[in-house]
Amino acid sequence: MQILTRLIPLLITGIAGLVMIVSAFIPYTSEWGKIAGQFFNILAAFAFVLGGGNLLKVHLKKISDQGAGWGYSGVVLVCFLVTLFVGLFKIGTYPNPSYPDVHFSGETQGTGSGFWWAYEYVFKPLTATMFSILAFYVASAAFRAFRAKNFEAILLLGTAFIILLGSVSAGVFLTDWIPNAGPFGDLRLENLRIYIMQVFNTAGTRAIMIGIALGIASTSLKIMLGIDRSFLGSGD
Amino acid sequence: MNFLNNLDRRWIFLAMALCVGVPILVIGLTGYTFPETPTPLAEAFFDEVDVAGEAKGRRANVLLAFDFDPASAGELNPMAVSLVHQCAQKGHRMYFISLWPVGPQMIMDAVNKVIKVHYPEMVYGEDYVNLGFKAGNEQVIKVMGVDLTTEFRTDVEGTTLSQIPMMSGITNLEDFDLIAEISAGYPGSKEWVLYASTQFNIPLVSGMTGVQAPQLYPYFPNQLKGLLGAIKGAAEYEYLVNQWVRLDKLTGILEQAGLPPGEAGPLAAEFAASPDQVSTWTVSAAASTLSPEAKAALIEAATEPIPGEYLEGQRRMGPQLFAHLLMVFLIILGNVIFFAQRRRGGGS
Amino acid sequence: MPRIELRNPLAWILGALFAAFACSTSAPASAPPQPPTELSARDKPWDGGGVIFLEWTASTTPLDQLQGYEVLARELGVTAAELADQTERAADAAAERETESLLEGEGIAPEDADQQARLEVRADPVAVPVEQPEWKSIAIVPAGQTDYEATGLEKDRSYEFAIRAIGADKSLSAPSASSPPVVPEAAWFNLSKLPLLVALVLISAAVLVFVVLARGGMVMKIRTIAGLKAVDEAVGRATEMGRSILYINGIQDMDDLQTVAGVTVLGRVAKTAAEYDAKIEVPTSRSLVMTASRETVHASYFSAGRPDAYNPDLIYYVTDEQFGFVAYVSGMMTREKPAACFYMGSFFAESLILAETGNSVGAIQIAGTANPSQLPFFVAACDYTLIGEEFFAASAYLSGQPDQLGSLKGQDVGKILAGLFILVGVVLATIQAISGSTGLEEAVRFLKDVILGS
Repeated sequence: MQILTRLIPLLITGIAGLVMIVSAFIPYTSEWGKIAGQFFNILAAFAFVLGGGNLLKVHLKKISDQGAGWGYSGVVLVCFLVTLFVGLFKIGTYPNPSYPDVHFSGETQGTGSGFWWAYEYVFKPLTATMFSILAFYVASAAFRAFRAKNFEAILLLGTAFIILLGSVSAGVFLTDWIPNAGPFGDLRLENLRIYIMQVFNTAGTRAIMIGIALGIASTSLKIMLGIDRSFLGSGD
Repeated sequence: MNFLNNLDRRWIFLAMALCVGVPILVIGLTGYTFPETPTPLAEAFFDEVDVAGEAKGRRANVLLAFDFDPASAGELNPMAVSLVHQCAQKGHRMYFISLWPVGPQMIMDAVNKVIKVHYPEMVYGEDYVNLGFKAGNEQVIKVMGVDLTTEFRTDVEGTTLSQIPMMSGITNLEDFDLIAEISAGYPGSKEWVLYASTQFNIPLVSGMTGVQAPQLYPYFPNQLKGLLGAIKGAAEYEYLVNQWVRLDKLTGILEQAGLPPGEAGPLAAEFAASPDQVSTWTVSAAASTLSPEAKAALIEAATEPIPGEYLEGQRRMGPQLFAHLLMVFLIILGNVIFFAQRRRGGGS
Repeated sequence: MPRIELRNPLAWILGALFAAFACSTSAPASAPPQPPTELSARDKPWDGGGVIFLEWTASTTPLDQLQGYEVLARELGVTAAELADQTERAADAAAERETESLLEGEGIAPEDADQQARLEVRADPVAVPVEQPEWKSIAIVPAGQTDYEATGLEKDRSYEFAIRAIGADKSLSAPSASSPPVVPEAAWFNLSKLPLLVALVLISAAVLVFVVLARGGMVMKIRTIAGLKAVDEAVGRATEMGRSILYINGIQDMDDLQTVAGVTVLGRVAKTAAEYDAKIEVPTSRSLVMTASRETVHASYFSAGRPDAYNPDLIYYVTDEQFGFVAYVSGMMTREKPAACFYMGSFFAESLILAETGNSVGAIQIAGTANPSQLPFFVAACDYTLIGEEFFAASAYLSGQPDQLGSLKGQDVGKILAGLFILVGVVLATIQAISGSTGLEEAVRFLKDVILGS
């Protein structure tokens, strides 16, 4: 079992990693890197079946146990199966104009199809709702987290005010008296915002990015060489 | 102070809901928008789309990559609509693609709002084509750089590319005069910068969510010729496009009526700045050469209200303004509570 | 608006004279410029293929009357081998036709007819009609430039190039004589990536050297990372309160290294949870992550001596869809109120929704991500945040193994190298900006284009 669960996965990891590195430097092998990537895509495609199976199992179990909130599991299963059916059988799609007699030639997500309907009137509003919740959470997080505890925090607060006001017409309104073309034009809030983002923010982000890149390189090396095997369920 | 100290966050949610909801209602009813002052980033974006194809002296081929989904559509859709608006008015050939699975719907949305309604004369397959979604993230961009047909064999409706007239002569990314990209994350602006504009030296402009923008600023203006960040960037760009479209229409009418280009341009700019002047000018001696139809068209072009879909960005700046002001207020309030507590703590 | 009106006959005559003069002086400017000459095309050596370097002699038209040059290229549809193959097939077809006509007209034996036909075809070789592809404009370069690097070509195809001069009035010259066909071949090694290879070798060597040194007994120190130190506290609190621990591996798949790092930290958290007998729940956004997480948690429970307590049903797949996943996890957090929440992996817009929901249920929260844009949200809403490299160092920190800690030391060498390069670049660029030295400009260009561009 050690061969199947340890040696072979480590060999695959090492070889695939090496192929990726070699293909970056030796043009002749550039296709090998792509093939390694394709293998992952094939695996990921099969994983959809695994995911679907697991989804069914988890929610069927919840319904069968009839624990708190089991009704939601019922809703999940009904939505999952209906969407699958509508998508697989291209319910309500219009055939491709080149093949008007062949129902299956239509585009699954074409306007007017069942899948399109579910997307347009169910998925789209729900996703937008989840995203818009951010506005509320940003406000409550700002209220709680921004405190002028020390000098650095005061700097952070000042920057936050410039960015917040400079991003809307309030910034233009407040510093409109500074001529844009004059020597102090850069001090207008909307210009100051861009300057802060381009210079200070970029410098900070780059420093973090260099650390991240080195971390990625070092972690990749450890994984390729089998020094770090914890992702396979073994690290000790 | 105790109430504020233990403030239930639902009060904050309510305040935010009001700050966003009330301006939406008021702007929806009155149509009033806040004035926009375009920043150099938005101006550069606009200019790059405007001059596309001029270097080669031809009608521009513009690749429009809509890499976003419904979740970010609120932030990005207005700039996508304005981008299509500018390209359509300019007469660019538009090639739509997406690296996001739900991107084709975003494309359809913009096409339905702009081309189908305001430019019905544009023909699918000759003036614009929707190549749809392609899985593979940045790999798709890399392959498109060499051979576009490897990744895209048909358009979104399943028609083979050889049957689409505007696809003749398009083999790889270098056949495009401009890449205009709208991005909500990965794959998005950064991948287009790294694998298209840097590799093949093709002009690239990009619009993106506010969270992404700080990471992309360093690429402007070399690898990224223009940049629109969040709804603010969209509003600025929308303002520029709307102003230019009106000016372009007025210039077109005046030129068609027989005025020389050198005269029509400044006159149109004058009318665009103050539409009230048109009605007085049309009855003056200077307009005696214009036909009654041309005069009517001129008055209509100068005074017609801008369609709602072309004002979405500017309208959304209203709620944005009040939401930002609320944030500033909350931060100040939080600090007032903090200092009051500290003083009390210090006193005891 | 003032207008010039030519009502006076004298004005007409003057106007006509002026127009004639203007035409006579502008006539040479409207003539197309002379084409450039001596165009040469050669494959760029030591590259990944697809690049041809072009050079030409400038047009004899004065520089001030030129706007630039247009570079034209065409892919030759047939390679040499394909051309030979086509010629052979055309010869066969011609011989067949000739044989048929001989058989029909002269009544000779088939074998003789075939032989005679082949002889006739050989005497009069068949001209294969090769379809020449169209010329395509690939670039426009400024008038002062006489070279160009054509990129994005296909490695195994043959190309021809030509150049046209563009006059100041946009008139085009005749194309130059086309270059001989050239194939943009790939070399066995891409030399432009040499600086990257050197950096890779240096950093990898530093990591390996320190791993070996650490195994040999060298003491490695690592600063305290508050977020990781708090893992025990968080798990302990969940045990005391009798509530569960929620662990999220981000929303990307196993091909993202952040997810791998997240699964690694999960192993440690799960082991502590197994030791404390706390319940750990892992909803995942990808089914492959679910499988990997199950393996890891199973191994952790096993090594903690509690294989019986392992429940695979607590590690399950929810959905690939970003906001669908967030909706599920937020709902679950509100209902079950976990005592500790871990967010370790690649996060996007969902970061703040998850962290604020966790905050509202009073959970102790520890986050780690390498997505810089999400770090501010985690910092604002979580108790501890592992920033970028700290997150990748978590595995080494938590394991405390010498070879893992050694790899962190090797990483520091990379940081020193990066720092040195930044320092050299900044000093060079500053001195160059002050002095305006062309030598330094070249050095800065080399650093930017060759070293950083590799």
